[in-house]
Amino acid sequence: MSNQRPDGVTPSQTVGPYFKYGLTPNGEYEWNDAFTGNLLTPDVSGERIRVEGKVYDGDGAVVVDCMLEIWQADSQGRFSDPQDKRALPNSSFKGFGRCGTDRTGGFAFDTIKPGPVPDPDGKPQAPHILLAVFARGMLLHLYTRIYFDDEAGNAGDPVLAQVPADRRATLIANKGAGNVYTLDIRLQGDDETVFFDV
Amino acid sequence: MTLLYPLQSLAAHPARLSPNYRSTLKRSPQKPLIPIRHSLSELTGPVYGHETVREHDNDLTIQAKGEPLGERIIVHGHVRDEDGRGVPNTLVELWQANACGRYVHVVDQHPAPLDPNFTGAGRTQSDAAGYYKFITIKPGAYPWGNHQNAWRPAHIHFSVFGHSFISRLVTQMYFPGDPLFPFDPIFNAVTDEKARMRMVSSFDLENTQPEWALCYRFDIVLRGRNATPMETK
Ligand SMILES: [Fe+3]
Repeated sequence: MSNQRPDGVTPSQTVGPYFKYGLTPNGEYEWNDAFTGNLLTPDVSGERIRVEGKVYDGDGAVVVDCMLEIWQADSQGRFSDPQDKRALPNSSFKGFGRCGTDRTGGFAFDTIKPGPVPDPDGKPQAPHILLAVFARGMLLHLYTRIYFDDEAGNAGDPVLAQVPADRRATLIANKGAGNVYTLDIRLQGDDETVFFDV
Repeated sequence: MTLLYPLQSLAAHPARLSPNYRSTLKRSPQKPLIPIRHSLSELTGPVYGHETVREHDNDLTIQAKGEPLGERIIVHGHVRDEDGRGVPNTLVELWQANACGRYVHVVDQHPAPLDPNFTGAGRTQSDAAGYYKFITIKPGAYPWGNHQNAWRPAHIHFSVFGHSFISRLVTQMYFPGDPLFPFDPIFNAVTDEKARMRMVSSFDLENTQPEWALCYRFDIVLRGRNATPMETK
């Protein structure tokens, strides 16, 4: 049975409005969290940052039932995955986080600033975090990236270079006080976030 | 093993803008998505071990003091990639309504009873062959506000990771022969019938436990092909 070649992938369906007690209970429901928005581990090295923002729909209304997941490299640009042959074995930093938006559409991740990751040609990309967005009304999640406004490498980043100049700002988090970066996600509209077809 | 993730694999998914499912109208992008090449960021993904999953997290019928009401069922299957290989040690999460079609979630106001002995959340890790198994309660159908007299077919929500961040899948498992199938815009947002039927579990008499529980098989296929596929035989 399991050696049979499948016809294709299992189609995606919406996460729906009721995922919270199962995927992001965060103290509001009895179930324990497999993941939270806090990726920091005691042994992690690198610059500790918070990335926060709000999620908006096409009417400019906040999306209060959104789930966000991030995936990122460590401060040296290495992934906690054996598929990254350069992986550093001695950190418990996992690089994955998940949170649900709150009643104001807000989200926050506590993590570290990732280091540069090579592009498919081996050239460095600017530091970035991958973000996947799930919600009621979304039949298939969306992928985007979070860049940082204080990184000189943005100018030479091959992915940002593919994005029309007037839309790049939707991918770049702005640094404020206390190492807090802010980036809002707009699912639709004039300032729509750039999403990637990957 | 290096996997490739061709974009053609995504054709099975529903269109993000599927107007019959009204909530997609304001929550789907209007500008074209920008294709980018896959770097290590896209090709790697989170790896979680047994520390994430506690023993019995896959049995939703023993999480409370008493037994939940409803029809006890076994739901099992393999997580596989597009070449049919099992995806080992991957996290599988599920959540669902109770036997009456009611979720524990505070926003769910369907006037059906909550079950004090059923939360409806579970997780497990696939084994070395990609096999997973849950014990739960068959969920009920429930009404929703999409259109006049709208009801969701009975379903279990699944969340699966796979080998990379771009093999991530959130889907819903349905039950064979549900009379609500023709009327559900979420199910029918998958326009290809063969693809749609991959979301429908099959009744598994062979693994039904006599005097105890019916069994349903739900195999999950994630993106990802071997970099050196055997195109010719
Ligand atoms: Fe549901």
